[in-house]
Amino acid sequence: MLYSEKVMDHFQNPRNVGKMDDADGVGEVGNAKCGDIMRMYIKVDHDTQTITDVKFNTFGCGSAIATSSMATEMIKGKPISEALSLSNQAVVEALDGLPAHKIHCSVLAEQAVKAAVKDYYDKNNISYGKELQVCDHDCAHCAGE
Amino acid sequence: MRVYADNAATTAVSETSLAAMLPCFREYYGNPSSLHTVGQEAAERLSLARQTFARYLHCNPAEITFTSGGSEADNQALLSAAALGERKGKKHIISTQFEHHAILHTLNKLRKNGFEVTLLDIPKSGVITAQQVKDAIRPDTCLVTIMFANNEIGTIQPIPEIGKICREAGVPFHTDAVQAAGHLPIDVQAMDIGMLSLSAHKFHGPKGVGVLYVRKGSVPLVNVIEGGAQERGKRAGTENIPGIVGAAAAFKEACEHMAENAEKVSRLRDKLIAELTKIPHSILNGEQERRLPGNVNLCFEGIEGESLLLLLDQQGVEASSGSACTSGSLDPSHVLLALGLPHEVAHGSLRLSLCEYNTEEEIDHIIAVLPGIISYLREMSPVWDELENGQREHVI
Repeated sequence: MLYSEKVMDHFQNPRNVGKMDDADGVGEVGNAKCGDIMRMYIKVDHDTQTITDVKFNTFGCGSAIATSSMATEMIKGKPISEALSLSNQAVVEALDGLPAHKIHCSVLAEQAVKAAVKDYYDKNNISYGKELQVCDHDCAHCAGE
Repeated sequence: MRVYADNAATTAVSETSLAAMLPCFREYYGNPSSLHTVGQEAAERLSLARQTFARYLHCNPAEITFTSGGSEADNQALLSAAALGERKGKKHIISTQFEHHAILHTLNKLRKNGFEVTLLDIPKSGVITAQQVKDAIRPDTCLVTIMFANNEIGTIQPIPEIGKICREAGVPFHTDAVQAAGHLPIDVQAMDIGMLSLSAHKFHGPKGVGVLYVRKGSVPLVNVIEGGAQERGKRAGTENIPGIVGAAAAFKEACEHMAENAEKVSRLRDKLIAELTKIPHSILNGEQERRLPGNVNLCFEGIEGESLLLLLDQQGVEASSGSACTSGSLDPSHVLLALGLPHEVAHGSLRLSLCEYNTEEEIDHIIAVLPGIISYLREMSPVWDELENGQREHVI
């Protein structure tokens, strides 16, 4: 099989899928031309700086949907600081691996989380460093080079 | 219910083909080059298989070369025509944007060796015109290679018209008939085809067997595989007797039942097209009229092909897609791009390819499950969200 059981589970039964109308931060990464777009919505408790709810919408392949789903699970209920340290590798490991040419999907999931947090910071005038400069998906990493 | 709708990728071996192959493993297992009885029994079967292909292609058995498949036949045809061209100082080749990679990658190799290649543009219909070929022919053109029918969108090219133009211009004409053989009538003489490739596993024969037809006295074959004197010295290696015998049996069966199969399969195809294009923002790729009996190729806006295939598989439907994610690259199918579809639409393609084994019930099953899967994926898609709320414009 192309995908692990975990990937298939998250693809077939994605967690936290859907729109969130009252989101505190929304991040969208990828582009339709390349075949993947992830949009992530977060709800934040301002006092504790904790992500209380997450939703996503994804246009993409099985692994794009599965990595989105897994990433939402991994940051839900977590402090923002912890969400920001979520690496694509951690998402891949949580899914019991991805085929080599699908690794960019996990990069996209990591970037979607960061983009949502950046949007939240921007809306609330919270300063942040350049680690939140989000990938435009046209770089060598995403192109699989 | 399991519905196999990927017959353009490969087909199940027919009972007839299997029955023809089985005795070749343990009874007629000899090497056709051997002089003893069991060897000559194998040689006799090889000869009969060659005659079968010759009969249904309307050529001479000596013009048939067995290969390991369609790709090898394509490679050998192109490299041979190029070698002849080079000797005559002609280094221009005409082909199309939407050929199979066995053609396109061989042409790339020839480009590196100084050949100039003209790839004809593909009209929206998916059918090129003979006039396009005529306009592209130059004094230094050494080969025209145009597929008989496209493997992704199933459109049938005007092969007899192109053949006539090439004959009149004195340019060797090759056609990759891998998708057409066994499904459409082929007469290499009446159609002025100088070289033709086909592959047995596309018409219920075994994998690993191809045929290259080359008109006698036209293009001398250049070996792709060097070694012994098999296939008149043009393709070395002990002949795959079980495969070749199975291929011939399958070809005979397909040609003899061609009309009835085409009628049945095209009726199923047309039902699928009629029902599935009712899904909003869907499009049939390539025109419906000049189309392989079993080919349906659609694009659905706002979704991506691989996730569509995985969900269809879960519902028992086995199909394929030209999305990037199914090819392992970032680009969707070169065929769909050649039709002028934008990348984001080409990612949402679905090919259902039928054969005479498919039933009405199976078609009804596809029609029953597909709309729900499309809606589900669109519901999840941020692209669809933007299309629906007007932030992005519908293309189809």
